[in-house]
Parts: sequence; C-alpha cells; structure tokens
Amino acid sequence: MTATSSTRTGLVAELAAIVGPDDVISHHDELIVYECDGFLIEKNVPDVVVFPTSTEEVVAIVRLCSRLGVPFVPRGAGTGLAGGTLPVGGGVMISLTRMKRILEVNIRDRYAVVEPGVVNVWLTRALSGSGYHYAPDPSSQSACTIGGNVATNSGGPHTLKYGVTVNHIKGVEIVLPDGTVVETGGPEEDHPGYDLTGLIVGNEGTFGIVTKVVVNLTRDPEAGRTFLGVFATVEAATEAVGGIIAARIVPAALEMLDNPMIRAVEAAFGFGFPIDAGAVLIIETDGLEASQDQEAQAIAAIVEANGGSVAKSISWRTRKEPEYQAIWKSRKSAFGAIGRLSPTFCTQDGVVPRTKLPHILRFIMAVGERHGIRVANVFHAGDGNIHPILMYDERDPDQIRRVLEASHEILDECINVGGSVTGEHGIGVEKMSFMPKLFTPMDLAAMVALRQVFNPAGLCSAEKMIPGGVGCIERKSPGKRASA
Amino acid sequence: MSTTSPTKISDPGIDLAWLASKIPYSHYQECVHCGLCTASCPTYVETGDENDSPRGRIYLMRAVADGRIGASAEVRHHLDLCLDCRACESACPSGVKYAQIIEPFKIALHASAQGDDRPGWLQRIILHHLFPYAGRVKLALLPARIFQRIGLLDRLEKIGLMKLLPPTLRRMQAMLPTLTGSNAQLPEVLPPIGPKRARVALFLGCVADAMYPETNAATARVLQANGCEVVVPRSQNCCGAIHYHSGSEGMAVDLARQNIAMFDPDQFDAIIINAAGCGAMFKDYAHLLTSPDHEAARKFVSKVRDISEFLIELGPVEPQFPVPMKVTYHDACHLCHGQQIRSQPRKLLSLIPGLELVPLEESELCCGAAGTYNLTQPEMSEKLGQRKLANITATGATIVATGNVGCILQIARQIKTAGSPVEVVHPVDLLDQSYRGPNDQGVKS
Repeated sequence: MTATSSTRTGLVAELAAIVGPDDVISHHDELIVYECDGFLIEKNVPDVVVFPTSTEEVVAIVRLCSRLGVPFVPRGAGTGLAGGTLPVGGGVMISLTRMKRILEVNIRDRYAVVEPGVVNVWLTRALSGSGYHYAPDPSSQSACTIGGNVATNSGGPHTLKYGVTVNHIKGVEIVLPDGTVVETGGPEEDHPGYDLTGLIVGNEGTFGIVTKVVVNLTRDPEAGRTFLGVFATVEAATEAVGGIIAARIVPAALEMLDNPMIRAVEAAFGFGFPIDAGAVLIIETDGLEASQDQEAQAIAAIVEANGGSVAKSISWRTRKEPEYQAIWKSRKSAFGAIGRLSPTFCTQDGVVPRTKLPHILRFIMAVGERHGIRVANVFHAGDGNIHPILMYDERDPDQIRRVLEASHEILDECINVGGSVTGEHGIGVEKMSFMPKLFTPMDLAAMVALRQVFNPAGLCSAEKMIPGGVGCIERKSPGKRASA
Repeated sequence: MSTTSPTKISDPGIDLAWLASKIPYSHYQECVHCGLCTASCPTYVETGDENDSPRGRIYLMRAVADGRIGASAEVRHHLDLCLDCRACESACPSGVKYAQIIEPFKIALHASAQGDDRPGWLQRIILHHLFPYAGRVKLALLPARIFQRIGLLDRLEKIGLMKLLPPTLRRMQAMLPTLTGSNAQLPEVLPPIGPKRARVALFLGCVADAMYPETNAATARVLQANGCEVVVPRSQNCCGAIHYHSGSEGMAVDLARQNIAMFDPDQFDAIIINAAGCGAMFKDYAHLLTSPDHEAARKFVSKVRDISEFLIELGPVEPQFPVPMKVTYHDACHLCHGQQIRSQPRKLLSLIPGLELVPLEESELCCGAAGTYNLTQPEMSEKLGQRKLANITATGATIVATGNVGCILQIARQIKTAGSPVEVVHPVDLLDQSYRGPNDQGVKS
C-alpha cells in the first residue's frame, strides 16, 4: 500500500498545498524519527508527516488520503507503548502537535475545550489556582497529549478514585476517514441518543481523527494525605491492598513498588524509600480535611494488621507541595529509572481482579526465576493493573527469547484468572495476537463491524487493535519501553 | 516490516571515527525512547516537530553514528537548533547524558561544515579574538559606550542607519544594555565584614564583566557581608563555554587549562561564579580535560560554586534592609538543568525583608539566550524570548531576577523592544541592596 515514488511526490505537493510547505516533512532523514513511538519492536518510516493546524486542514488531508487510497495514522507525542502510531503500510502520518490550543476554560460549568495536541500537564498548569483540575494523570502526563489520552483511554494513578479518561470526556469533534466532521456529546450533561463519545474514547485511532475534546473539570480536594506503607514481603503489601478496599475506603491512589523497584527509584531520585523493604505502598486519600485523620487511622491499622508500618505521612492542601511532588515524581518516573539497572527492559501491562494480586505476583516471581530473568514490579495496585518489568540484555538472543516466553506466560495467566492483557497501554499492534484469546470470534466480528461503519476502507490506523483475518506477527524481540 | 536499512551510506559527511572516540555507544542506548523529555524541550514546544525534540535528536545522531543517514543539511538544521539548555536531562528518568552526546556532535558538525553551514566571519572573529580576552570585550564595547552616552545609537536606530550593519552586529547592538559609566576594577583582595568565615576566589566572566560590572561588584560585597575574604585573581580568562558550545573544542581546552592555573583550588574554600553558563562550564572541566590534566581539573571542579549555592551552604547572614518589591524568578538553564540549582536563589530572595516572590509559569523553559544562540538562531531565539516575557508580564511582578548574564541580556532586550516597565536583575543585585540599605555606596576595601 506504500505510495510509489511518483505518487509520493504528488502526495507531498498536494499536502503542502493544504497546510503550507512548512507543515510538511518529506525528507527521509527527518522521517525516520517518526518510524516508531514508545514501542520499538516494529518500525516503519511514513512516506510523509503533515502538521495540520485546524479541523478544516485535517478534513482536507483525510479526503486526499481517501481519494488516493493512502493509509494515514494520527500521532500525538508518540509516548504510546503498544505501537498505536506505527505507520503500518507507510502513508501519511498526521501529527496533531501543532493543534495545541486550550480553546475554552469554563470553571462555572466545569468543562474545558482543548485541541488534541495539548499536553496533559499543560491543562493541569492552565487550571492551577482555579480550584479545579483535569483528573486523569497518566505517568507520562508531562509529555503525552490529550488526543492520545482519548485514543487510548489512558489511566494513571489517580484513576482508582476518579476514573479513567472516558469518565472525564464530555464530548469530541472527530473527523471521519471520509472527511465528515462529527460532534459528539458536549459541555452539557446527559445527551440523548447513542453515547458516541464513550465509543470514540479508546478507539486507538481506528474510527477517525479527534480534533477537539471537551473535558470534564473536577474540583480540587480540600486536603489529602499521602502515606508510605512499608512491608517485609510483596504478599503482605498486596493483602493490605485488599484490606483497604474491603474496609470501604476509596483511596485516591494505591500504588505498589517491590524491592528491586524501590532500589532503582531510590538510586535515581533519593526520595528516602527504605531500600531493604520487600515492598512499599503509596496510599493516598483526599477529600474534606475533617475526614482525613479518621481515614488515616483506619489505613494505618490495616497496614499494621498486615505486618507493615507507615513510614511517612505527607499531609497536603495542594498537590504542589514539594514532598508530595517528590514522592510522585519517583513513582511516575519509575520505569525510566530501571534504565539505570539494565540496558534493556520490557514492561508488561496486565490486569487481574484485585483479589488475585497475591497470586499473580507469586506467579510472576516464579516465571522470572524459571526463565532466569530479573523482574521488578511497580503498579496501580488498587486497580489490579500490574506492570512487571522484565530486565534483559538486548545483545543476547537467548535472553530475548526467555523474556518473550515469560511475558506471554504472565499475560496468559492474567487471562486465566479472569483479567486482561492491557490496563491502559492499549492493544496497538503489540497485543493484537491476544485479542482472539480475550474475545470470541463473534465478539471480534462485532468490533470489526463497528469499525467498518466509521472506517470502511480501513485506511485510518490500518491494521491496529483487531486482527483483520491476518495471522499474528511473530515477535522476535520484546523491545524496551519506559513509561506507563 | 522494519525498514532499517542494513546498507550503510557511503559518505557520512562527518568524522565518524572521531565521534566514536568521544561518544561511547552506550550513551545512545541509555535513551529508552519513552518521550518524557519532549515537552520539556523549548524548541519542540515551539515547532511540535520531533526532529526538534531531545528524543528525536538522539535518534538522528544515533542514525548518523550507525551510518544509516549522513550529516545532511536537514540533520544539521535540527541539531543546530538545539539550545543545549539541558532541560531534557532534568526530565529524563533514564539518566541520559544528553549534553555529552550533542556537544561532541556539534564539534564534529562544525569541523565538517561547508558553505552556508560554516560560521560567518564575524562570529569567528568574536569567538577567537574577542571572547577569550575579557579586556578586549570591554574595549570592543568602548565605542558603543561612548555612542550610547551621546545618544548616537538611538539616533542611528531612528533614522534606520543601523540596518546597514551586518545582521549579526545589529542583533548584538540591540542586546547591549545601557552600559554604566563607572567601570572601576575591583581590588585584588577584599576583606570580610565581621569574623572571617571563608576565603573565596571570584570569577568575573567576560561578557558579564563588560556588560554588568555592577553585578560583579555586588557579588563581591555580598560575599564580604557574609564574612568572606574575596580574592579577584588578575588576568582571568573566558570560561570557554561559548567556544565549546559552538564547536571549538581546542580553544575551550586551552582556556580551561589557563583558568585552572589561575584559580589554585588549594588556596580557596570556594571558587565563586555568578553566571550560570560559566558555572556549568567550570563544573564540566573534569569531563573536558583528559589525562594528564584530569586530576587537577577534578580538584578545581570540587571547589566551584554558584554564588547562590555557596551562600546557602555557608548559611547566609540575614539581610536587614527592606526591598519592598514584587519579584519573580526565571531559572537559567545552566543553573536549574546544568547544575540542578533551583531552591537556593529562591531561598536567598525570600530572605530579603519586604520582597514578595511570585512563581513564574514555565520558569524552567529557556528564554532563548543560550550563549550565542540569539546570534546564530535569531528566529527561534526571538520566539522563546517573547514567550518568556509574556510569562513574566503575567505574574504582575515589577522585577524578574535570574542568575545568568545571557538571560539578563536576552530578557532586557525583550523588555526594551516591548516597552515593558519590568526590570531584569541578578538575585545578588537585590541581595546587595538589602545588605547595604539605601544610603551605602561602593565597594568596601
């Protein structure tokens, strides 16, 4: 499907006529930077990268692509971990990074309208001091875009209490592959008709290109507490997680780091984590100041009942306080910190029912030992969303083989215990082969039918998410990835 | 599906063997391609093109090192556009040593540059014949000083005659602050006020000393007020940063050797610098100098301190006189990213009675000064400068403080062009005011 050189020249000229020559990249040396995102196993150079600055330009671009039968794929900051922006078959990459305006902030009606290229943390900053915030906070929030968050229905540590991206998107403007502009939802509550917004969030770019997003604004909590619970073993920590949820406490965040992860993070940031602990939990509550002490006591009691102790308690009024920022920087940059221990690593993204956490962690450790692979764990414990990190050396083919086997065994076990193979990173191209394990052929057929309504020619984000009758691609390397 | 070409290109257009000797391949591999650096990069934030992001630049440099692509005009453009502000190093969780990749790369690019990519004659004269000699910078500014005094520069600007100057010189002229008349040399030794707490050497810098000699005098006074005996070694040199960052490594190495000889670390408790760019360069000497100079460089580096860093370590004497102003603080890249100094200048400012310190949005985003960047990449420099001034204006502060002469020049020019009432100063200028009070004048010797 890749454009031939003569059609490519024509394509580039027509794109330049739409957006202007400064908003098109067509030189090979510059295109290679766009051959992959945070997923490095598969790479493919797009034929051209185009930077629209308005919905009208996006419409003209997709119409052109559809007319020429050229595949196209949207891209935000390229922090995705599942290859969602891989230009399969080459074609046109539509970079939304020049559509980066915050169009409206309406505090009284609690919404904001943004363009897709707005970086998640820019919105946080723009709202700073208003008493409101945009709740979904993926660990890559300092770089990833709202458009990418909508495409992958991103999670993040605070989604335990506040919900994931789909719970905070009130409406979108989407350009369908035929150039039709559709507006779904809107700032008002309770739209009649089908919940198209809910359908579009998490479409991984397979329905069209989102050009405007109406996001919900959440009131800042009056106060909060962030605790560091220290445990001798991973199992004790996971039991405490179950205990906290069972006590009907809904923490704002509930994160776990095991010993190898604690050591790596401490080496990188020096926050003051106990490097001999088997595991730590970062437990956060927020709400009315009056409720905080009571919840703190209840949490401390549960931590202690499971053999742990509360080593640190940060009492905060805003999320800007330095110690608060320090503990979360350690957590959110944890994947990258592993880069200091191992030349290459592979982060998996699985989900299990919370009660199965002790089991899956025992399983992961056993798999790691059996394959001779070092494993570190850092994850959203409250959601049962695990992120085992498998460390290896990419120069050793045997280690690569073992890491792939170990990864597949872990993900298969997640499915076996009633979970899934991705909590927040998405399917992309990486996990397409697991889809038939998760869904029946009828389920998959229903999804394909739905995609065909929006994207009948399959040109938009070609060969993503749902395997289209083609055999699974055999992976030869697990790649290395660094954020979640 | 992978299109990584197994065949290497025939002419890389750059000295790959030299690059390999300067940049261990593991430096490239440390980048795990997570992209968390992108939004911290001023040029990427402006262009949205990943070729202008740290991750993208590392990808380009690795591709050149691999022989996959050559040092083409496109590659050169994206690498030249890098400010070397090192914001990406602060953002990188993996600890990628970005500066240690881009800096040798820039040296190799300059060495292999042809035609339009070569530095202009004016830039070469400035680099090789002006900056190494602090005295010459002062001398070169003498005509400008006199013209300014008699109002000739303004008049020339009004009648458009300035347009006849080469563009580089015009931009330099626009950056000139109002040069103060008094340019008296600081005494070689200044005594401490009160009991002696430390003996320190003061580095004056070339641009700083020529443009803002008052800030150097203020630094000396603040050190005296904190019980320091201040030694100002004669015949100091340029730190070499401008040379190193524009690809003239040999010159930078020579200057480093001379400075290490001039500031004997055994004689001083600390070597004090008030310009972030020079401080970061001094602290990099051990990386710059290999054997047999490496050990001496390491010893020298262990004594180098930014003025704010030193005062906080020493325990600052509380300043007494109120400076009732609303002040905001801009993080100079080579302080916050280059030296990880963020809290110290803010702590010092908040010691000043009556001073209200307000936070600055995007305080860690480069202002576009970046050494000679404002001369070599005027368009991007201008965009970043305007962005910085807009953020400063939004704070409502009447003063912006920043710990680097380059930033002061850049922001001052933005202020002048925009006709803004804001003033830009070094934090020690404010501290000095608070130690001296309204009636005290001059250097205590």
